[in-house]
Amino acid sequence: APALADGYGLGRAATADEIAAWDLDVMPDGTGLPEGSGSVSDGEDLFVEHCAVCHGDFAEGVGNWPALAGGEGSLADEDPVKTVGSYWPYLSTAWDYVHRSMPYGNAQILSADETYAIVAYILYSNYIVEDDFVLTKDNFLDVEMPNADGFIVDDRETAEAHFWDAEPCTENCKDEVEITMRATVLDVTPQDDAEEA
Amino acid sequence: MTESVKGKVPSRRAFLKGAVAAGGAVAGAGMVRAAEGDPLITEVQPWASGFGEGVDATPYGLPIRFESDVVRRNVEWLTADTISSINFTPIHALDGTITPQGCAFERHHSGAIELSKQDYRLMINGLVDTPLVFTYADLERFPRENHVYFCECAANTGMEWAGAQLNGAQFTHGMIHNMEYSGVPLRTLLEEAGLDPAGDLSDKWIYVEGADASSNGRSIPMDKALDDVLVAFKANGEALRKEHGYPVRLVVPGWEGNMWVKWLRRVEVMDGPVESREETSKYTDTLADGTSRKWTWEMDAKSVITSPSPQSPIPHGAGPLVITGLAWSGRGAIDRVDVSIDGGENWQTARLAKPGEAKALTRFYLDIEWDGSEMLLQSRAMDDTGYVQPTKEALREVRGENSIYHNNCIQTWLVTPNGEAENVEVS
Repeated sequence: APALADGYGLGRAATADEIAAWDLDVMPDGTGLPEGSGSVSDGEDLFVEHCAVCHGDFAEGVGNWPALAGGEGSLADEDPVKTVGSYWPYLSTAWDYVHRSMPYGNAQILSADETYAIVAYILYSNYIVEDDFVLTKDNFLDVEMPNADGFIVDDRETAEAHFWDAEPCTENCKDEVEITMRATVLDVTPQDDAEEA
Repeated sequence: MTESVKGKVPSRRAFLKGAVAAGGAVAGAGMVRAAEGDPLITEVQPWASGFGEGVDATPYGLPIRFESDVVRRNVEWLTADTISSINFTPIHALDGTITPQGCAFERHHSGAIELSKQDYRLMINGLVDTPLVFTYADLERFPRENHVYFCECAANTGMEWAGAQLNGAQFTHGMIHNMEYSGVPLRTLLEEAGLDPAGDLSDKWIYVEGADASSNGRSIPMDKALDDVLVAFKANGEALRKEHGYPVRLVVPGWEGNMWVKWLRRVEVMDGPVESREETSKYTDTLADGTSRKWTWEMDAKSVITSPSPQSPIPHGAGPLVITGLAWSGRGAIDRVDVSIDGGENWQTARLAKPGEAKALTRFYLDIEWDGSEMLLQSRAMDDTGYVQPTKEALREVRGENSIYHNNCIQTWLVTPNGEAENVEVS
């Protein structure tokens, strides 16, 4: 191929089928979404079949497995609950991640329509859509994610400019030093069985 | 998180019972027997008389059995399972800066996959002249570079945000390794595919993903991709270990470990970020008011004293003591480390084993005469941008306690007169 002449001439051109098989990512503006659609009710059946064992019938999470719904308005709490509804800024991420990496342990088994349906059910579980909603490629961008405006680009160089301090204190920097917390009080560090005896 | 977990850890208590007498002085065997002579010297030992192992016994060796505590450890309660989980490098027991690959930490999202060189393919697609597919053999034919870099998980020290929790440098600071990589600059591969269709590169991105089920896709701005990102296939002289991305991983110097995509299978040139799961749901840092920072790529200057530390108590009582630790910065080279033995009231500048290297671990030492009294040990790193490692309190003032990631606070170890150490916070 002529394009290779300028470089080292290593590798070969990727075929359209190869690119289609691996290039699955979906961007926030919908770029990469395939044709398809799926309803909340179909999504509920699929969710129970493929997802509920870890994520719960209502996407509320089971044990230590992630909750996909709930936590609305909790981000400033002492213990924020971050879910698709309460935290995720873009619906595209949910579609992309479910389609490529879920179900956990059996990824890439879901068709495009099944993925639309499951994402629709996750939206319903977060009270973002009604129970008769059908998610499609065409109405995808109409969905408003509650925390879409909840993110700022890394601002450490301004918000933490005071950490760039060329001359930190080296002598008599404090009047007193008191121990305020000890890890041994929590006692959650892995230990030797012999030590417990 | 109050569940107590059990594992195999070197027993501090047994160690101290066996070695330390009252007041912290050690009744060393050599001292006791000095008068009549040490039988280890005066009597011929078996190893000085008979045979050791032949050169055919161990084609690829492991550490001697006496070092069996220098291993990766995991903390069961941290994650729902061990497949999408983390383990920890035994930094409390290591010295120098190069991490032995066999005990260098792991973080997977769908487990450590087995991918042969024969089955390996790397695709470059998107805004390029010719989307390309490389075999592993192709990659070995491009001009190669060697660099030493640290890889630190964004969540390293994350369990310590709300207080002193895990009692050991391995657990508080061990989501890190430092290796010498051999590989091909990503820039070379992008240029091979041709970047003309991307036009102005200043607002372009790449998206990188792995061959595993989790894919771990991340967006990286083009200027970083063309700067110092490596497509690496060797670490510390040999092939990458399976758990570190064999046969090929991305090396993203100075940036959070999540972006160091393992089992790298695809690089796409794009006109914007993908905003994938690993840069929205995860690896975003929630502040006290509920808003969250995204794209917090750089790992800021950080340090920790590795010995003495909770898993590395002082075995010898008062007298000469080596205080040692690690310092690193994702923004440049470490050029100074200060050590305090009084909880930050006063600081001494430590000795760097060698001048700091950009985006790599730096070893520091402070040799003191310990009088046997209680110490509150801290280390404070400075990098060549003038950044000074902050206290946990200073970080909390800006970020609150729920940002999970990027905790580069000053660590305090309480050292008691008997030589034991404990993870504490101080005023």
